[in-house]
Amino acid sequence: MAFIPHTSDDIARMLEVIGVRSIDELFDEIPRELRAGALGVPPAMSEMEIARLLSERAASDGRSLNFIGAGAYEHHIPAPVWAIATRGEFYSAYTPYQAEASQGTLQLIYEFQSMICALTGMEVSNASLYDGASALAEACLMAVRANRAASSRRILVPRAVNPTYAQVARSIAGHQGIAFETVDFDRAAGRTLLESLQPYGGQDITALVIQQPNFFGSLEEVDRLTDWAHENKILLIAVVNPTSLALLKAPGQWGAGIDGIHGADIVCGEGQPLGVPLAAGGPYFGFMATRMQYVRQMPGRIVGRTVDAEGRPGFSLTLQAREQHIRRSKATSNICTNQGLMVTAATIYMSLLGAAGLERVAAASLQRTADLVAALCKVAGVKPAFNAPRFHEAVLILDRPVAPVLAALARRGIFGGLDLADRYPELGHALLVCATETKLQADIDSYAGALTDIMNPSRVAA
Amino acid sequence: MSNIPSDLRYTKSHEWVRPAHGEVPDGAVEIGITDHAQSALGDLVFVEVPQAGRAVKAGEASAVVESVKAASDVYSPVSGNVIAGNGALATQPELVNQDPYGSGWLFRVQTNAPIDAAALMNAAEYANYVAEEAK
Repeated sequence: MAFIPHTSDDIARMLEVIGVRSIDELFDEIPRELRAGALGVPPAMSEMEIARLLSERAASDGRSLNFIGAGAYEHHIPAPVWAIATRGEFYSAYTPYQAEASQGTLQLIYEFQSMICALTGMEVSNASLYDGASALAEACLMAVRANRAASSRRILVPRAVNPTYAQVARSIAGHQGIAFETVDFDRAAGRTLLESLQPYGGQDITALVIQQPNFFGSLEEVDRLTDWAHENKILLIAVVNPTSLALLKAPGQWGAGIDGIHGADIVCGEGQPLGVPLAAGGPYFGFMATRMQYVRQMPGRIVGRTVDAEGRPGFSLTLQAREQHIRRSKATSNICTNQGLMVTAATIYMSLLGAAGLERVAAASLQRTADLVAALCKVAGVKPAFNAPRFHEAVLILDRPVAPVLAALARRGIFGGLDLADRYPELGHALLVCATETKLQADIDSYAGALTDIMNPSRVAA
Repeated sequence: MSNIPSDLRYTKSHEWVRPAHGEVPDGAVEIGITDHAQSALGDLVFVEVPQAGRAVKAGEASAVVESVKAASDVYSPVSGNVIAGNGALATQPELVNQDPYGSGWLFRVQTNAPIDAAALMNAAEYANYVAEEAK
């Protein structure tokens, strides 16, 4: 069966009606030198032939060892996660338009929201957002609506926040009257210092963004920073890694409390570590949670539990007057998607692992990264950049430019980390590395051996 | 036919204004939505009122009323400083449905300029306006 909607007769008749001789003539506007030319697509192959070709191509990629994190993390995904998520009952990427007809989908989202609330220590979660970076942008827009004490629309973004997130927040929210102000980090600890925030004390500021762990993998002093924000009537937006929350204090508990207010006000982050495989460009998913007092300012869908006319429990979308099908241009967000399928996988992942399982993943990742840093810092010319406690990422400083070293590692099948030269030139030859529970001691030894070989070949020979 | 008290002034966006007099503290004007508006919205589930101290301009969206099927902005008919929002509505939004001209008031404004009476309708004019809108 050919999946071509128009016969050649159809096409000829359409061309005749609009008065051109060929489809190519429609592209005459495009100068010839700008056209792609022949694409060199080979003739059609049978299913058996194409399956063989693609498995050969896949095998030619080799089995690489990945030590890059920087916002997307390689974790083991138990086989049942996607076996269950891709069942027909779940395999739909959207909340259906007649949402309440799909009670199973709504129940799953409700359970996802409950799990996000449990992880973050917050009161209410939405059904997910597009990804972690756009979740931060949405959190910034939400903070402007929620913080009635501030009218400035100024938001403080430390440089230790993932620079891609900061860039996406600027792209989405920067044209809506929000001014982003950059706060530097401490060169020794690799974290945001209270002292660098204090010049903003007493000023009209809408929100402070704190990422925990931050982009460098360092742990921020979230209690002090949260209390400082609340002392100054600034909302605290927490960007968190969900895996890390199995070990670290929940954002809802940050700070000693100022005037009875304690904990982050808005929590957001990237959900990919929860059962979503690494893929260039996603799909991933963002999550967001807040206090009940700000729920009407939160974007995204929210599923609530209720009872039907006969008193039986059921689920429904709730607080929809925030959304664009009702509030139009004044909706809390006009990016109204959620990532239903990714959320399905994440909910199954969290259910299968449970709190104890997630804690083991987090603890193993922390330990592996500590092992990795120790092993790599034994290589001459490598040292840690920062001395703050960390989770499962760390910045290393090399005695030479990072890019050629990473290229040499890649030739050996090792993705050695992210070169920070472009984003943080002041750090010198800085490399961001990550190890999760997927890395065995043998993998770490392979990396350290290859790095020694590349950086100090004479030592290997000796 | 909805209730349209004769002592109030009305806007085309269905707010009412109670001019300053003894019943409202500090000589402020009181603002709410009309019986017709609450009836059109249906049962309110949430009302957001402006905080005291906020400066509002005539025509500025200053409050939000939300029912199960719609959410609408409420525009201040006058310019001035908000001296009070009706805090009772936070837990009892239904007061707007039950008593739109009384306990369901939304906010009070200390005006800083004479009210532009020409921009507001009296009860008879508003009744005509509602009738025209319905056609």
